[in-house]
Amino acid sequence: MLSIKNLEAGIEGKQILKGINLEIKPGEVHAIMGPNGSGKSTLSSVLAGREDFEVTGGEVSFLGKNLLELSPEERAGEGIFLAFQYPVEIPGLTTTNFIKTAVNQIRKYRGLEAYDSVQFLKLMREKMGLVEINQSLLSRSLNEGFSGGEKKRNEIFQMAMLEPKLAILDETDSGLDIDAIRIVSNGVNKLRSSDNAVLLVTHYQRLLDYIVPDYVHVLYDGRIVKSGPKELALELEEKGYDFIKNEVMASNEA
Amino acid sequence: MKSETVTTTSETEELDPIQEHVQSEYKYGFVTEIEADEAPLGLNEDIIRFISAKKNEPEWMVEWRLKAFAQWQKMKEPHHWPNLDYEPIDYQSIKYYSAPKQKINPKSLDEIDPELKRTFDKLGISLSEQKRLTGVAVDAVIDSVSIATTFKEQLAEQGIIFCSISEAIREHPELIKKYMSSVVPVSDNFFAALNSAVFTDGSFVYVPKGVRCPMELSTYFRINAENTGQFERTLIIADEGSYVSYLEGCTAPMRDENQLHAAVVELIALENAEIKYSTVQNWFPGDKNGVGGIYNFVTKRGICLGNNAKISWAQVETGSAITWKYPSVILKGDNSIGEFYSVAVTNHHQQADTGTKMMHLGKNTKSRIVSKGISAGVSNNSYRGLVHVGKNASGARNFSQCDSLLLGDKCGAHTFPYIEVKNNTAIVEHEATTSKIGEDQIFYCNQRGIDTETAVALIVNGFAKEVMSQMPMEFAVEAQKLLAISLEGSVG
Repeated sequence: MLSIKNLEAGIEGKQILKGINLEIKPGEVHAIMGPNGSGKSTLSSVLAGREDFEVTGGEVSFLGKNLLELSPEERAGEGIFLAFQYPVEIPGLTTTNFIKTAVNQIRKYRGLEAYDSVQFLKLMREKMGLVEINQSLLSRSLNEGFSGGEKKRNEIFQMAMLEPKLAILDETDSGLDIDAIRIVSNGVNKLRSSDNAVLLVTHYQRLLDYIVPDYVHVLYDGRIVKSGPKELALELEEKGYDFIKNEVMASNEA
Repeated sequence: MKSETVTTTSETEELDPIQEHVQSEYKYGFVTEIEADEAPLGLNEDIIRFISAKKNEPEWMVEWRLKAFAQWQKMKEPHHWPNLDYEPIDYQSIKYYSAPKQKINPKSLDEIDPELKRTFDKLGISLSEQKRLTGVAVDAVIDSVSIATTFKEQLAEQGIIFCSISEAIREHPELIKKYMSSVVPVSDNFFAALNSAVFTDGSFVYVPKGVRCPMELSTYFRINAENTGQFERTLIIADEGSYVSYLEGCTAPMRDENQLHAAVVELIALENAEIKYSTVQNWFPGDKNGVGGIYNFVTKRGICLGNNAKISWAQVETGSAITWKYPSVILKGDNSIGEFYSVAVTNHHQQADTGTKMMHLGKNTKSRIVSKGISAGVSNNSYRGLVHVGKNASGARNFSQCDSLLLGDKCGAHTFPYIEVKNNTAIVEHEATTSKIGEDQIFYCNQRGIDTETAVALIVNGFAKEVMSQMPMEFAVEAQKLLAISLEGSVG
C-alpha cells in the first residue's frame, strides 16, 4: 500500500530525514518510535504533503501512485489521513460543517455524488458512537475551546467519517490521560480492517498497550535504525532510547 | 475621556507561500450601452440649477441646494485624519448628472427601456414583480435617477411610502422639509455638503404609526456612465411603533478611472420604532494593480428620536477602491438601542477606513458594535469608532468587539477606537483581536481533502459569522459567496 524508499527531507536547508525505508501493507499497524528530534513528526508531515518541508531525495508510492507529486488535498482524496498532534482551531466554523465539507470534497475527488444533509447526518450518527463523541461538541466551532481529549477524539471521529486507507496518528496520545487514551484507542481499533492500515507515531510505549502494532520501527537521527515485532516497544520502554543511541554509535565505530 | 490607538501590521519576515495574486473576476463590471442625458463636466451654480430643473424640483429645493453649495465651497476635503492614501479628487472633472434617456416616471414597469431591464436582470435584480425575490420591494437607481420602484401600490395600502427621493420632494414636501438634513446637517462634513448640493436620486421611505412593513425594502444602486459621480440621498422615517428592514446593494462597471460615490443616508426612528438597515457594498474595487475603482465617501447616520427606539446597521463591505464610511446612531430617546455589525474586506490595493459612532444622549441607552475586518493582498483596513456617553446618559452601556483577520503578510489592519464618557454610571467595554489565517489552518483543511480556496472561504465566513447572521435571510447566502469571491486568489 505504502512504499517509502530512501526518503530524504528537511526544512530550511536542514536535513531531518536521512533515508527512510518502510513498507506498509493493508491490514497492518506500524508504530514509529523515537526520541524527540528524531524526525517522527517530519515523517508524518512529509507523507501528508506539508509544504514547509522539502523532499530532497527518495520515493514514496501509495497504492501505485507517486505520492510526492500530489497536493495535500489529493493525498486526502487518495485515502491518506493525518490525525494531528495539535489540531487547529477555526472560530465560527462548526465542526459538523467542516466535516461535511471535507467528506463531500473527498467524495467529489473520487467521482462520487455529494451527500445531502440527510445522508450526511445518518453517516454522522453511525460514527459518533465509535469515539464516544456527542452532538453538542460537533455543533461547536472547530476545536475552539476543546479540551486536549476532545480535540483528539474529534480527530478520530473525522478519521471514522473519512474512512481513510492509511491513517497516520501523530503523537495522538500526547497530553491525554489514561481514560482518554482508552477511548481514542478503542475508536482506532474499531476502525481497523483488512483493507486499511495505521501508522502510529509516538514517543511512548503506553499507546501501544491499547493499539497493538504488528511492527515497531525505531527512528533515530532521521533513519530507521531498528525494526521488530511489538516486543521491541517494551524493550525500548525498559532500556530507554539511550540504548539505541549506544547501539548506533557502536555500529558507526565498527 | 480616553482615546487609544492600536495598529497592527503583520510581519513581513515569515516564510509564506501566500500572495499568489490571481485577480478574481468582478462579475458586475459590464457597461450598458444606452443613450444618456448628461450634464457637462464640472460643478457650479448653473449645474445645480440644471440638476434641480431635470428633477422638476420646487424653488425651495433649489435654494436649499445652492446654500449647501456655498457651504461646501468653504470646506476642505478631510485628507488628514482618515488612514487613506489617494490622489486629490478633481471636482471639476466629474459629471454630476447622467440619466438614461427614457420616460421619467414610467406608468408601468412595461414602459422601462428593455436594455435597462436586462441590466438589472444581469445584476440579479428583477424589476418584473412576477419574478421578484419573495418579500422584497426594489427601487432601482442607475447613475442619477431612479428608474423603477416595485410594489409601490401594495405598500401604499398600508400607508407606507416607498419611492425615489426626487418623487418624495415633489409629492411629500412636508416630510422632506421636516426631516431632510435633520440627522446629517448640510455642513456636517465636506462630502455631506457636496451631496446636499448635487444629490440626484436615492430612496425615500415613510412607515406610518404602528405599521410593520410586510416586506424587505431595498434600493439597488448602479453606476453606469463614464466620468460621472453618483450622489445618492436616502431618507427613512419610521413613525411611532413601526418597523422596517431596508437593504441596499451597489455595483459599477470596471473602468480604469476612479469614480466618486458620495451618499448621505438619514434614518429617523420615533418612539418604539425600529429600523434595520443592511448594506451589501460591492462597488468595483479596482484591478489587482490598484487601477480604477470607486471612491466611496458616505455619511450614514440614524437617530433614535423617541424612547425605546432601535436602529441597527449591518454592512458587508467588499467593494470600492476607497471606503470612508461610519454608519452611526444618535441615541437620543431613553432606552434606545443602536447596533453596528460590519464585515469589511479589502484585497489587492483596496483601502477601507470604516466604523461607527454611537452617541449616547438618553438614559439607559445601549449600543453594540461588532466589526470584522479582513485584509488581503497589499490592502489596508482600518476600524475607526467613537463611543460617546453624554453627561445625562445615565445607565448607558456599550459593548464593542473589533476583530481583524489578515491573509498574507503584506496587508495591514488598524484599529482606532475612541471612547468619551461624561457620565460615571456608564459601562463601556471594548475588545479587540488580530489574527492571521495560518498556514496551519489551511494545511489542516487541505489534509481533510478541502482545497485552499474553499478553506479560505470557510475560515473567513467563520470569522464573519456573527455579522453575517444579522443580514436578512434573502441576502445572507449572496453575501457569503461575495466574501469568498472577493478573496479569491489571495491565498495561493
